Amino acid sequence: MISMTLLYYVAALLFFAVAFFSFKDKRYSSALFWFSYGLIFLLGDFMPPALVGAIVVLMAIVAGFGGVKGGNYQTLELQQRLSSVKRLGNALFIPALMIPLLTVFSALVLVHIKGDGWSLLDPKNTTLSALGLAAFFAVLAALYFTKEKPQQAFKESSRLIEAIGWAFLLPQLLATLGLLFNQAGVGETVSQLTSLYLNLNHPLLAVACYAIGMALFTVIMGNAFAAFPVITAGIGIPLLVLQHGGDPAIMAAIGMFCGYCGTLLTPMAANFNIVPAALLELPDKNAVIKAQAPTALLLLGVNIALMYLLMF
Amino acid sequence: MTDFSLWPLLGIAVVMLGFLLKFNPVLVVTVAAFATGMAVKMPILTWLESLGTAFLKTRNLPLILLLPLAVIGLLERHGLREKAQNWIQQIKAATTGRLLLVYLALRESTAAAGLTSLGGHPQMVRPLLSPMAEAAFEQKHHSLPDKIKYKIRAMSAATDNIGLFFGEDIFVAFGAIILMHTFLRESGIETEPLHIALWGIPTALAAFLIHGTRLLRFDAYLARQLQQQLKQEQRHD
Repeated sequence: MISMTLLYYVAALLFFAVAFFSFKDKRYSSALFWFSYGLIFLLGDFMPPALVGAIVVLMAIVAGFGGVKGGNYQTLELQQRLSSVKRLGNALFIPALMIPLLTVFSALVLVHIKGDGWSLLDPKNTTLSALGLAAFFAVLAALYFTKEKPQQAFKESSRLIEAIGWAFLLPQLLATLGLLFNQAGVGETVSQLTSLYLNLNHPLLAVACYAIGMALFTVIMGNAFAAFPVITAGIGIPLLVLQHGGDPAIMAAIGMFCGYCGTLLTPMAANFNIVPAALLELPDKNAVIKAQAPTALLLLGVNIALMYLLMF
Repeated sequence: MTDFSLWPLLGIAVVMLGFLLKFNPVLVVTVAAFATGMAVKMPILTWLESLGTAFLKTRNLPLILLLPLAVIGLLERHGLREKAQNWIQQIKAATTGRLLLVYLALRESTAAAGLTSLGGHPQMVRPLLSPMAEAAFEQKHHSLPDKIKYKIRAMSAATDNIGLFFGEDIFVAFGAIILMHTFLRESGIETEPLHIALWGIPTALAAFLIHGTRLLRFDAYLARQLQQQLKQEQRHD
């Protein structure tokens, strides 16, 4: 029922709305960017992949040279907002809290609604289709309480999408880069390099190398899941498990956390670090990384100590 | 002296250089993708094809950010942030640091129970958490300069990330645990998924202690920043 294809069509509709509002506002390069994004969501499955690639390059050029600019959307005056607050009271919280609570409820309970070859939620993407369902009912509730017309919902989502701007494209572009790295054999090259140059006899040195290697390679790839196979095959298994006889379950558990310390430090993990900075309208796009850095570095040190004490 | 090619690493060099020189990230990543393709002598059409295929495969990524925006926007238009601020100001003991500490505890423990979608930047941090954290500061100090506002917002986003990362990984059905288990099995090493999850607990606790301590000291840090700023402004007057 709530398949990924349906959600892609919803996304296309939302992107087309942004394109419409920026076109009306005479910001043509922005309109081109959001229209292309919507087109890939609507018709991507029917286009030759090379054409999709070409559109992505076009979008990247428009965004990369500052062609995606924020819009001017009319918001209510503070006085009007406060009178709304007075009128609506705690009802304002209901649609906001519906999103997380209904998502969890759908993913745990409604996921069991299914028949022969039919199910309410997409079994392979339970969380996303649950989020889609929750967001739909939350929009209805928000429209009911605020007594706004449905067009206003499109205007508001466009306002926030334009506030995020080019950062919207970044997570997907980085995941694409990760897949290209795989095709080009970046992982193999790194693990060949590490096995060539690292010959560590002391277990503490080996542990530190594995932990820092996980963090550093995650910083480069932006994703601990991409770093784990490479560094574990290159350093973890040959040195820690086979040479020094460490416990592989402990190595894996703490090793992945070292990768997460790297995730907290890198602009390559755009959806956790750069997109929130855009969403919160921070002038410094690295502000979230700077807030995370002390925690991440201290924790990396603790991880090295824990791994050394627990593994052997 | 290596008997294998280092060319596949060209893309990584481009990324590091691009970010260091502060070019637009979208541009950096595209050039890195292009350099990687050229370095392994991929024909341009094949490169466009793998770019397009990968982009189509990752269309699920923006959804989690995109889907809640209409609701959040509508509610913001009618004063959700102001309402959240009023609400927190009724709780006299609330400070920015304590509020974020409570959020960290909730976010990490619910994520450890597999309930990762209870938080998140679009649905929790922007509409509720950061307005409350800002209001708690303003209530106490009767002023909220932009510089401090941005620090509070960044710390709110950071707290959501840290709670999520170090909570979800001790939930046994989480994808990362399965990934580690499968990878080790393929390398000829047998582990129990439950063991991997359990051995994550010491780090999860350490993460809470370290970030929690930083949050408790955050109030004093912000107060010092405000003092400094006020002094500077006086000097300018």
